[in-house]
Amino acid sequence: MTSLDSTQQSRAKSRPLPAFTREQWVSLILLAGLALAASVAHFAGEPYFVDLASRIAIIALAGVGLNLALGFGGLVSFGHAAFFGLGGYTVSVGAFHAFNMTPILGIDFLPAGSDQMVPLWITAMSVCGVVAWLIGRISLGTSGVYFIMITLAFAQMIYYFAVSWPAYGGEDGLPIYIRNQFYGLDTTNSLVFFGLSFALLLLALGFCQRIMAARFGAALTMARLNPVRLATAGVEPRPIKQVAFVISGMITGLAGALYADLNGFVGPSMLSWHQSGEIMVIVILGGVGRLCGPLAGAILIVLMETFLGGLTEHWQFFLGLIILMVVLFAPGGVMGLLAGRARHA
Amino acid sequence: MKKLMSAGLGLLMASTAAVSHAEDVKIGMITTLSGGGSHLGVDVRDGFMLAMEQADRDNVQVLIQDDARRPDVAKNLANEFIQRENVDILTGIVWSNLAMAVVPSAVRKGTFYLSPNAGPSELAGRLCHENYFNVAWQNDNLHEAMGVHMEKDNVKKPFILAPNYPAGTDGLAGFKRYYKGELAGELYTKLGQTDYAAELAQIRASDAESIYFFLPGGMGISFMKQYQSAGLDLPVYGPAFSFDEIILGAVGDASVGVKNTSQWTHDLENPTNRAFVDSFSKKHGRVPTLYASQGFDTANLILSALDEAHPDDQAAFRKALKAAKFDSVRGDFRFGRNNHPIQDIYVREVVAGDGKPTNRLVGVAVEDIQDAYVEQCKL
Amino acid sequence: MTLSLILEQLLNGIQLGTMLFLMASGLTLVFGVMGLINLAHGSFYMTGAFVTAWVAGATGSFWLGLASGALAAAATGAIVEVLVVRRLYRRDHLDQVLATFALILIFSEGTRWLYGSSPLWLNVPESLTGSVTLPGGVSYSIYRLAIILMGVVVAVGLYLMISKTRLGMRIRAGENDREMIGALGVDISTLYTLIFALGAGLAGLAGATIGALQTVQVGMGEPVLILAFVVIVIGGIGSIKGALIGSLLVGVVDTLGRILLPDFFKLFMDASDAAGVGAALASMLIYLLMAIILAFKPHGLFAAND
Repeated sequence: MTSLDSTQQSRAKSRPLPAFTREQWVSLILLAGLALAASVAHFAGEPYFVDLASRIAIIALAGVGLNLALGFGGLVSFGHAAFFGLGGYTVSVGAFHAFNMTPILGIDFLPAGSDQMVPLWITAMSVCGVVAWLIGRISLGTSGVYFIMITLAFAQMIYYFAVSWPAYGGEDGLPIYIRNQFYGLDTTNSLVFFGLSFALLLLALGFCQRIMAARFGAALTMARLNPVRLATAGVEPRPIKQVAFVISGMITGLAGALYADLNGFVGPSMLSWHQSGEIMVIVILGGVGRLCGPLAGAILIVLMETFLGGLTEHWQFFLGLIILMVVLFAPGGVMGLLAGRARHA
Repeated sequence: MKKLMSAGLGLLMASTAAVSHAEDVKIGMITTLSGGGSHLGVDVRDGFMLAMEQADRDNVQVLIQDDARRPDVAKNLANEFIQRENVDILTGIVWSNLAMAVVPSAVRKGTFYLSPNAGPSELAGRLCHENYFNVAWQNDNLHEAMGVHMEKDNVKKPFILAPNYPAGTDGLAGFKRYYKGELAGELYTKLGQTDYAAELAQIRASDAESIYFFLPGGMGISFMKQYQSAGLDLPVYGPAFSFDEIILGAVGDASVGVKNTSQWTHDLENPTNRAFVDSFSKKHGRVPTLYASQGFDTANLILSALDEAHPDDQAAFRKALKAAKFDSVRGDFRFGRNNHPIQDIYVREVVAGDGKPTNRLVGVAVEDIQDAYVEQCKL
Repeated sequence: MTLSLILEQLLNGIQLGTMLFLMASGLTLVFGVMGLINLAHGSFYMTGAFVTAWVAGATGSFWLGLASGALAAAATGAIVEVLVVRRLYRRDHLDQVLATFALILIFSEGTRWLYGSSPLWLNVPESLTGSVTLPGGVSYSIYRLAIILMGVVVAVGLYLMISKTRLGMRIRAGENDREMIGALGVDISTLYTLIFALGAGLAGLAGATIGALQTVQVGMGEPVLILAFVVIVIGGIGSIKGALIGSLLVGVVDTLGRILLPDFFKLFMDASDAAGVGAALASMLIYLLMAIILAFKPHGLFAAND
């Protein structure tokens, strides 16, 4: 388990080797590398690369959310695009009403949207939490392939709803004309926005690390590995999984909210099953059940998209080949390659 | 991983070292070259590049990137072009939803955008901008023209259908703006739907005497093929989007006899157009589509404006664009107040051609049509 | 709404169901016997359609094209099984999903590389064009009737193969106990390749026949793939019978929903709004159906094994 809080880090200094595992070193290097690359790019006058770093941080955040359900909880959700998209739509609907000064959903007593990031983020996470709770209620009764497919079905429902509901753009999507505000900061500055995304990524990583180190984490791991044993110990596995699924959806929803502001746009493609697949690819490519696996996966995917896309029109062909090679020959993902096998498989 | 990161940083340094030349003009083209509907983007690009090659300027550089029809990719590419390459002009986007994601913020940053295909209503109305020029049409234009034509030709009881998405509902609204007769029915299908058996049965069960449909790309191909084998024999009308030369090849004989509206057609008689169709066919071995003609016109409009001013002189360049002093393959071309075209729209009929069906010009649907949104534009 | 219109819509639903069955039977067999979840099944559908369009275009014979399309899809399936899929049987569903997702990228982009991005031309054969009048006054397309007929033939053929032949016996044995049939000395890897190729061939056949009605283009397999997954989940994964009933259920519900929902909303809305709302709800309908069925029967209607 990677540790990010300072108490353990200082302990690592006094005890030189064993406390800081190779995985923790790799995670630290990845995080520091990302922040450093963004800062260097900013001072070299290359906001494009800062935005690229923000993209990595945000996609990694979506992956951190999915990883909690998929990696730690063993809940293979093929519908996390639903949360990613809902988070995005919440922000852009809020901004849309703030821009037009009309009440949300056209209902008079509701407030006229908001262009402040913090309330938008909280709303997005609440919306995703409620939806994840509902989906979890129904889906967690199934397991295996059925769970994969029922989560996909719910995401498809929301996708088709977004495509055909005209009020918020339908298939055309909904642009955010002016990036939302964060108190006194200039959010249109690429580095500031990167800082916000990166801070939220760190928070989410720290949060996951905390709950996985706590009793909840032990119960969740046991619910994945041996639910019967957990039940005989007097703990019902299903509520544990339900909570993990809700938190997972909320984190992915927060990533969607940031992604909407980064792009200045949301559309139904954020809700599509391809998007679910991509979030999944990031988690698995990085290393399932590794705290910083999604970050490694996100770095790899975004860099490949950027540089392969510059080399050939048919880059998706090679992306497919690379993913296939990783699955077949490096089953632990990038983190497996860099940091060795996971301690608890 | 570390290697990849340092490679990224290296590239970053290299690109800052490259200083752009003041006289040079950089054009960034974002278009759809992969995925569904990529033949539109390919033709926009080929038409655009044909004009560039014919002009043979060594101070104009065109950068082309594929958006894979994804708004977030398009948005990233636009940022890359604006922030990293410092392009003066953006162009190329095929789809309205991608244009809505990219254009409003790009033009606000002071970049010029010339649309070779998409014309969403917002950009013609409320969100019009002095740096945004549409060289194709406002989305509703071709639908409106067919409404005018069918009204004039006294075509009775059309059954109208379109996919259930904004361009679809806008399209049918545009049609109904000018067609005032009675409708036999109105249907919205799922976007991307490929089986129309149920809809065709409904059309047969209604008392329709004609059909007007807007199903772009693969949806239109499926619809026409199934229409042929459904044993229906009603006259069919539509906008050009379902009847470009590439789709006609895929649909085959099922489309013969269909009337469609377009602002351009390959047998339009004017010297610019004849030269364009000849050189395009010779170079690419296929008949150009309307998308190729729009790409060609967009490039020539840019070139004509560059003769007057450099885009760094924004006011002068804007004026030169607005004047539209270039030979359009459509004949007459001018911009309205909201920088959208005021132009003639023609009626074409699909005829059995040499090996595969092709379009033939049959008349003018409407002259000098302007979009319905210009009133909302504050320019 | 007349009776003959409803009858015709029922036929349309059954025809969609037939096509889904061709896709779903392969998916469900592969899952039932090998425990593999294959997202790339739609790629075989696409392969079948492209090869058919290409051969039919080159030779002028639809039937030759159809045969080569189905065979090419089966051959592609066999190659993919030997090169890639074989390594995935022992992996968990996660690796299978990711690897077959990668295969989709490779197939879609590879097909575009080979054939370009324009849709291809494939027409209904001369002998099957036009429509016939059925009893009850329903006029129906001959080609669609032929598809239904083909579906019946395939369903009967699959039933006979599984219940009467040696191959079928092994398939049943494999569904019940994977380790056991290996221990009995059956050449298990050849059996797996055969089953995978059979499933791919059926998907190719579906793609080829539908290609003549719809559009032969890159990505055509994906919407069908998702529907086929809905089918096998509703029917119970691994069950051919479940796939058949699930296919017909999804086909009929989807088709009738598209027709009846807008009319239903017209009772209390104006026509334009009703058309929009009805269409929106209709596109969500089968997913709703699936969620409801799974909420009450978590292993589908006819769970074979899980």
